[in-house]
Amino acid sequence: MFRRSEQDKRPQVQIFVDGVAVAARQGDTVSAVLLASGQDVRRSTAVSGAPRLPYCMMGVCFDCLVTIDGVGNRQGCLVPVAEGMQVEIQKGKREIGR
Amino acid sequence: MSREYDVAVVGGGLLGSAIAWGLGRLGKSVAVLDEGDITKRASRANFALVWVQSKGLGMPAYTVWTVQASQAWGRLASELKQQTGLDVALQQNGGFHLTLGEDEFGQRTELVKRMHNQTGAADYKMEMLPASEVKKSLPLIGSEVSGGSYCPLDGHVNSLRTFRAFHTGFREFGIDYFPEQPVSAISKSGGEFRLTTPKGELRAAKIVLAAGNANQTLAPMVGLHAPMGPTRGQIVVTERTMPFLPHPLTTIRQTDEGTVMIGDSKEDELDDRALKHSISAVMTDRAQRMFPHLARLNVVRSWAGIRVMPHDGFPIYDQSETHPGAFVACCHSGVTLASNHAFEIARMVAQGALEPELVGAFSASRFGGAGTANNSGY
Amino acid sequence: MTVAPKREDYDVVVIGAGPAGLAAAATSAEAGLTTLLLDENIGPGGQVFRAISSTPVTERSQLGADYWVGADLVQSLRASNAEVIHRATVWSLDRNLDIAVSIGGASAFVKAKRVILATGALERPFPIPGWTLPGVMTAGAAQTMLKSSALVPGGRTVIAGQGPLLWLLAAQILRLGGRIDRILDTTERGNYFAALPHAFAFLTSPYFTKGLAMMREVKAKVQVVSGVTELTAIGDGQLTSVSYAAGGKRETIPADLLLLHQGVVPNVNLAMSADVEHRWDDLQLCWSPVLDASGNSSVAGIAIAGDGAGIGGANAAVVRGRIAARAAVEALAPAVAAKLPAMATLRADLAKAERGRVFLDTLFRPSPQFRIPSGDTIVCRCEEVTAKDVLDSVAIGATGPNQLKAYRRAGMGPCQGRLCGLTVTELMAQARGKTPQEIGYYRLRAPVKPITLAELAAVPKSEADIKAVVRG
Repeated sequence: MFRRSEQDKRPQVQIFVDGVAVAARQGDTVSAVLLASGQDVRRSTAVSGAPRLPYCMMGVCFDCLVTIDGVGNRQGCLVPVAEGMQVEIQKGKREIGR
Repeated sequence: MSREYDVAVVGGGLLGSAIAWGLGRLGKSVAVLDEGDITKRASRANFALVWVQSKGLGMPAYTVWTVQASQAWGRLASELKQQTGLDVALQQNGGFHLTLGEDEFGQRTELVKRMHNQTGAADYKMEMLPASEVKKSLPLIGSEVSGGSYCPLDGHVNSLRTFRAFHTGFREFGIDYFPEQPVSAISKSGGEFRLTTPKGELRAAKIVLAAGNANQTLAPMVGLHAPMGPTRGQIVVTERTMPFLPHPLTTIRQTDEGTVMIGDSKEDELDDRALKHSISAVMTDRAQRMFPHLARLNVVRSWAGIRVMPHDGFPIYDQSETHPGAFVACCHSGVTLASNHAFEIARMVAQGALEPELVGAFSASRFGGAGTANNSGY
Repeated sequence: MTVAPKREDYDVVVIGAGPAGLAAAATSAEAGLTTLLLDENIGPGGQVFRAISSTPVTERSQLGADYWVGADLVQSLRASNAEVIHRATVWSLDRNLDIAVSIGGASAFVKAKRVILATGALERPFPIPGWTLPGVMTAGAAQTMLKSSALVPGGRTVIAGQGPLLWLLAAQILRLGGRIDRILDTTERGNYFAALPHAFAFLTSPYFTKGLAMMREVKAKVQVVSGVTELTAIGDGQLTSVSYAAGGKRETIPADLLLLHQGVVPNVNLAMSADVEHRWDDLQLCWSPVLDASGNSSVAGIAIAGDGAGIGGANAAVVRGRIAARAAVEALAPAVAAKLPAMATLRADLAKAERGRVFLDTLFRPSPQFRIPSGDTIVCRCEEVTAKDVLDSVAIGATGPNQLKAYRRAGMGPCQGRLCGLTVTELMAQARGKTPQEIGYYRLRAPVKPITLAELAAVPKSEADIKAVVRG
């Protein structure tokens, strides 16, 4: 859906999305990386299970909710990536204790 | 607006709505007069328990009344479902009051003992359980939980959906709902009541005052008395999570939607716009000590509500001597007692008289002059 | 490496590091007031100057000169003594000017003598059928990705809507080599006539020449369809096409990405939760705080600057930030105020920056069909409440948004009404034949953004607090 401009010279960072290695750049947010990954990163909602992707990318819509390093329902558009970060796509309601 | 109704119900919250719905169910022509969008509405702020344990210390009749309501709730839920298609998610598989540490366990044990000594016939099987027993029903409890009381009659419901179901049912029963029409004056002439609202006068053969704490000012207009002592309660709610809590607790419940509600304080404050985070902190701290898994959930909202609270904590149901046909109803437990309001109170209002053997104990005459301290056991 | 605030008390706390907040914090700190700037984002800039200190877009012309203005603001701020904390989410502000802020999973509490809210704007909801489908995003979202990560649309892309940002985004995407298949302009034709009386101010404003050049640049490369009156996002679990009607003709085009934009509106949640009075703005079709000429709100000590004070654009936001900060300096350190630019000068700057705004507001006033949905179109994205659900609620007695919440849970999800509030108000107003002002808005309370339960539980508590909760 999105692709990187060649002028981007920021250092590479690797994160994992549902266990699969995904290339990122330092300073990217989790949501930006997901949208640029080319993978199916749709979450499903806690209400009806409908598929969603990030909508606003500025912290207001909560459609970017994602599990980051084992913590559920984080706003992926506000969290910068870090080397080795484990991201999981959420399906439905968050599990308690995660 | 000058139609005549069999009954005008003043107040469209859960209590007024239940009575109005019950009257409509009996074929009465009913008008419900309500406030607008911004109002101190306990029906939107409540904790949604259908709760029996510990109710009625100091007034056995209240225990009996509560047990009856709990038992009639299933019928109410199924009638609402049948009429409106709305499932109010009634769950009555027993509820807990958990204690943290030995002191709290001891205090709760004392309370259970006192309740047993008092209730007699209406024994509702409230019992103390050690933590090891509690854990069988609530496997995720934390190590600080010392045990708790359990009552098999306890449960909870989706109270907002119940509210919506009553209002949806109004249409089916031909009940006229008039929001944005608070009542400022009531008089009786020519055998009927005249209620003054901002949009004109409404006439009805009978009236039921179900306006929450506002009953305090409305009741004297028709020779009734409703001494209230409202308090503020705060509630915190989390995001939706997978089901983890199979039973409701006095202060924690998981809704059918998946959110976790955490209550509830009792404060001598009547401003429902302001919140005290330090109080929410006590509530959430206790909640995470009871269920450590809760710690990582996100709190999405919190709110304060003003309890409708008769002065001694017990309901008031009364009828006017000076203005026959005028009734007053107010109580704190508008969710728990909704079934009684829909079936019993509505039936008695339709008949024209409250039955002393059923609700005589709840007459405001019990207050005499000065009110007594709140000891509802709530 | 998250850092808590260094003090418990500040003269001025500024919330939001966009144009207004950057200017306000710098002005306040330069005048010697203890100043704390709290911002939710990774770095300074807000939305307009998003990623100003970190953008990988090195070709300066691609983002445009207006963007790089932000670098000067950041430099002024850094030269000042203002304390700045990013990734800091303010979740509570009250009438006593007590602020609760979540930083790195823990809350800090600070008290301010003056608060300047610079929480900016968010994009107006664009509730068309299918707007919740994956592949449908706001234009601002695409711009955020472009500025902060040099990411551009790579698949079949349609941009729909109206307003200056839409053209700016399109130009930026094209300059960075991104793909745009079509632009669907929803500007109502009648608006051109309505805007005419305000054209002179606009023609003499800086918007005019820049805007015209940008539209020319885009139209040379992308097919633009004007007069679009209907719009639907289509797909089964993923956007596959966009259907629209223009000039009586209907067309469906395949698409992987649909970017929507119909202007921005004040982000009111924090201000409303602090009980700041807001009024419905009939021209901008949104809630705006009631403010005096210095940006002071109805709550003593809380001023609002920037687009949160009513949409005025970045240049106006900067000046409003300086005005609010100057007012704070006048109140707290009158002797120093004399060294700052005079209030009259700042107000003249503001008038200049706001020139042409009425023209833009009138021209780009979004059409009713794109603001007020019907049928199964989702209104509340969080709780998945449709327009029909809202109307059904009105039919059984909901007079406003708060009763609607009780009936349907609209606005009760994590976004707390940010994406549905305006739609709900306008939809209910239309259904009830009332004005939006009469219908009102959700009552908002802290936490205005979610915080973990553990974080709330860690708030300091007194014996009295415990007594209010623990009872047999």
